[in-house]
Amino acid sequence: MLLIPCPYCGPRPEIEFVHGGEAHIARPPVPADVGLEDWTAFLYLRTNEKGVHAERWRHTHGCARFFNALRDTATDQILATYKAGEARPGAAAVQA
Amino acid sequence: MSAPFRTPAGGHVDRARPLRFTFDGKTYQGLEGDTLASALLANGVHLMGRSFKYHRPRGVVAAGSDEPNALVAVYRDAARYTPNLRATEVELYDGLMAESQNRWPSLAFDLGAVNGLLAPFLSAGFYYKTFMWPRKAWDRLYEPLIRRAAGLGKSPTAPDPDLYLQRYAHCEVLVVGAGPAGLAAALAAAETGVRVMLVDEQRALGGSLLSATDATVDGQLAKDWLAETVAALAAKPNVVLLPRTVAFGYFPHNMIGLVERLSDHLAAPSAGRPRERLWQVRARAVVLTAGAIERPLVFPDNDRPGVMLAGAARTYLNRYGVTPGRRVAIATGHDGAYRAALDLHRAGVEIAAIADVRPESGGPLVRAARAAGLPVRSGCLITGTKGVQRVTAARLSTIDGHGAFASDMVACDAVLMSGGFTPSVHLFSQSRGKLVWDDAISAYLPGEAAERTYIAGAGRGQFGLAEALDSGWAAGAAAAGQPIARRFAVEALEADAKGVVGALPHDRGRRRKAFVDWQNDVVTSDLKLAVREGFRSIEHIKRYTTTGMATDQGKTSNINALGVVSDLLDTPIPKIGLTTFRMPYTPISFGSMAGLARGDLFDPVRTTPTHDWAVAQGAVFEDVALWKRARYFPKAGEDMETAVRREGLAVRNACGVFDASTLGKIEVVGPDAAEFLNRMYVNPWSKLAVGRCRYGLLCREDGFVMDDGVVGRLAPDRFHVTTSTGGAPRVLAMMEDYIQTEWSDLQVWLTSTTEQWAVIALQGPNARTILSGLVQGVDLSPQALPHMGVVEGRICGVPMRLFRVSFTGELGFEINVPADFGRSVWEAVWAAGQAQGLTAYGTEAMHVLRAEKGFIVVGQDSDGTATPDDLGLGWAIGKTKPDFVGKRSLARPSMAAPTRKQLVGLLTADPSVVLEEGAQIVLTPNPAPPMRLIGHVTSSYFSATLGRSIAMAMVSGGRARMGETLYSPVPNPKGFDAAIPVQVTSPVFYDVEGARVNG
Repeated sequence: MLLIPCPYCGPRPEIEFVHGGEAHIARPPVPADVGLEDWTAFLYLRTNEKGVHAERWRHTHGCARFFNALRDTATDQILATYKAGEARPGAAAVQA
Repeated sequence: MSAPFRTPAGGHVDRARPLRFTFDGKTYQGLEGDTLASALLANGVHLMGRSFKYHRPRGVVAAGSDEPNALVAVYRDAARYTPNLRATEVELYDGLMAESQNRWPSLAFDLGAVNGLLAPFLSAGFYYKTFMWPRKAWDRLYEPLIRRAAGLGKSPTAPDPDLYLQRYAHCEVLVVGAGPAGLAAALAAAETGVRVMLVDEQRALGGSLLSATDATVDGQLAKDWLAETVAALAAKPNVVLLPRTVAFGYFPHNMIGLVERLSDHLAAPSAGRPRERLWQVRARAVVLTAGAIERPLVFPDNDRPGVMLAGAARTYLNRYGVTPGRRVAIATGHDGAYRAALDLHRAGVEIAAIADVRPESGGPLVRAARAAGLPVRSGCLITGTKGVQRVTAARLSTIDGHGAFASDMVACDAVLMSGGFTPSVHLFSQSRGKLVWDDAISAYLPGEAAERTYIAGAGRGQFGLAEALDSGWAAGAAAAGQPIARRFAVEALEADAKGVVGALPHDRGRRRKAFVDWQNDVVTSDLKLAVREGFRSIEHIKRYTTTGMATDQGKTSNINALGVVSDLLDTPIPKIGLTTFRMPYTPISFGSMAGLARGDLFDPVRTTPTHDWAVAQGAVFEDVALWKRARYFPKAGEDMETAVRREGLAVRNACGVFDASTLGKIEVVGPDAAEFLNRMYVNPWSKLAVGRCRYGLLCREDGFVMDDGVVGRLAPDRFHVTTSTGGAPRVLAMMEDYIQTEWSDLQVWLTSTTEQWAVIALQGPNARTILSGLVQGVDLSPQALPHMGVVEGRICGVPMRLFRVSFTGELGFEINVPADFGRSVWEAVWAAGQAQGLTAYGTEAMHVLRAEKGFIVVGQDSDGTATPDDLGLGWAIGKTKPDFVGKRSLARPSMAAPTRKQLVGLLTADPSVVLEEGAQIVLTPNPAPPMRLIGHVTSSYFSATLGRSIAMAMVSGGRARMGETLYSPVPNPKGFDAAIPVQVTSPVFYDVEGARVNG
């Protein structure tokens, strides 16, 4: 079971969280203007990264907030967590 | 003492406490401190099981959790019957009953041994080949045969009555394995003051120190140092010692799963004493000191009872005071076997020969053996054994320069073997740590760790006692964050680490079985066959031959299998790869995993405020999500069908009352509440007046219907949103997602109020009359409170939100009161309704009533691929809204395809025939397979109101098929010849113009 550092509550066990899929896939502000292929990509295409992956989590049984995490999908190590809306931390920040 | 193979003294058994036990019904005597295996050996019993495939007689090979052969069942009664336990791990208690497995009629005479004659048909991959043809034989012959032969042991015949507990724990340092390295690690970590847990699968801490004889640590005999160290650790308040506890799994972020055995070792566990405890431990650092597993030698007939690992024999001697025989032959490729030889020699056991496959071996142990006059044969290998149910001789051979074998038979009653030691890297590998092949000791060793993991001792190839202690201390100190070195002064004869891997050469022909995997009956010729048939990856070879796939997970066999394949492919072992280690390290019980989550505690149970009332009325309940909902209220003598017909007619003709409290409810509040709902729901909300309701339809972003429910506007900035019973958490989560991550600019807040409101649905022509005497400050007239109106007021003096809504098509109200008042208001409604024919109805009648009106249930009539239009709900979409969740997807061309499945009604030609929900719909009565399926039945009931069956279905292009006759094929043993003709209709069967809601 993962130990997930919620940016609001600190490290908590995985059972308190719900995974929310890949992060940084913003809903287009005007979907009607989005072409069919781009919309299909928005709906269905994900990177399925082996390695560092930015993903959404929700601390459902805690603060109930969504946030993002950088997790290495090969090792399950969580390199960083950050609040929704914040930019993905760069490699330097992750190293530190 | 009667046991013939018990030494006169020594060992960690209590000779003053004899224990009686039975094995296969025969009574034996053992001692307190014995395992079942050691007690049987003391009585001269080596034959403890039959092999899985060939039913060959098998004796005990190991002394611990690596035992592949001696799987037994231990039982106290029909419910406490535990199969597949390793006799080497079963602690003896007075009165223990055990039986062997995989044999019939008896262990000594097993008819299944005939499989040995069928061996040519049971080679690797036989199940892919032998049973292929003729096809017809599969159902009647092969499958029943395979099923009867499959599996090990028997299941208990009664439910497990015992208590299993679970707990979480945290510590800074968790040490797995309490041998010398683990004890040193725990000592080092404990001295820093951090919380330390030390676990070991055995009853006693000490590991190899429990079998030590003359080694000394810091000037003390090893056993004395052990006792002192364990006492010192036990006295520390920051140390938790957990013997009888297996660390079965290493999960991410240093979560270790433990199972602690609490009462299986007791003759009479006190009532209520838990049997096992599952620990989930989160450790800041983990120290793995799991030791090493001795490797068997692979030679012909190496599975005869009496053949065992040299280290195991030494453990039986030194720990349990048991000798494996009177005259033993030893076959080895490693110094360690000499230790056993010396100890057995000292105990008076005759050493017939020590066949050392290595041409030269000159370590201190070998020298000691030579000095003791033991018959050491260098460059000599074992090429066979004689005997039926017990080994009677070993065939020892030398090979000359031309490859010719010269052999002689050496009489013996036990053969001890050793190929060296394989570090136990199971847990490290489970943690995703990288393994590195070490040529010097022919073993995979832990490399780069994935977690904060430290490894010490034999588990990382540091086999010597001094190395184990020093590296253990260093690991423990580093894990605790204070790396202070310490050197232990050790005097011991140490073995060279190098051993042999793979199969020994022999001159016995191809038919002789040299076992690699004892538990799954895999022999070298199986691996050869796999390679000959083109398998190269060890992962494929493993699956094809099943080597390493038994319950022991190849503890004794994996490296030898790699060695054999390496020789066959002429490829070095590290190039062949390694199969994946998975949890559990040793099998764990379902009881430990289930814990208290059984029976009533299996899942949380949610009940409504009127639950007890419904129970008192004799309601029959059904599970809807976690809720218990009253399904129907049978009167005396009524079955479900009769009760549901009565309840449904009462709603249509008088009035019914229904507990709708389980509906999900979300309070949506804020200046942007209407705008938020505009974006979420397909419907428009801006113009919904305060005091009015609207049926809301929610799509996912992909355009498919996710949920529905009535939404009432209580104030310009306040909406009362309802969802389906099962969909409530999903809907709230989805709404929160959009608020938090997409539209964080909106001023809107959501609160789940599902459990705050009790909802009493009053439905039927008499509903207003019943309600009128109960409410205060509310005008119930159709003008003041029309259909789809909502008003706040009081009922029976308590606050109320009153919705005029209908899921039945009748005049209807849904009375929302704070949950604490739900029962009393319900009873008041019930009392007021008695003069009006008020009838309680359950979910089944509710379903029939809503189906008569063609109202869908999301998740029953829709399945996650239905658009609003597919369900006939396109009218709900706000056409002028620029955007809502799902709008863009609904504009995709495929969403408008005329062949999409659409909701329709179906009427059977025979009104008494009720279609099966889920049944397929086809175009012609008896199409030849493959049939073209054009739809399926989603809801189907007998309608008492209409006096006939009705059904809803999703049918391809359904709305263009009105009046067509389609067919629902009904499989029967002869085929599909009983297709039911159905006519396509509108899904609204009753009160098509919708007049009744206006009551």
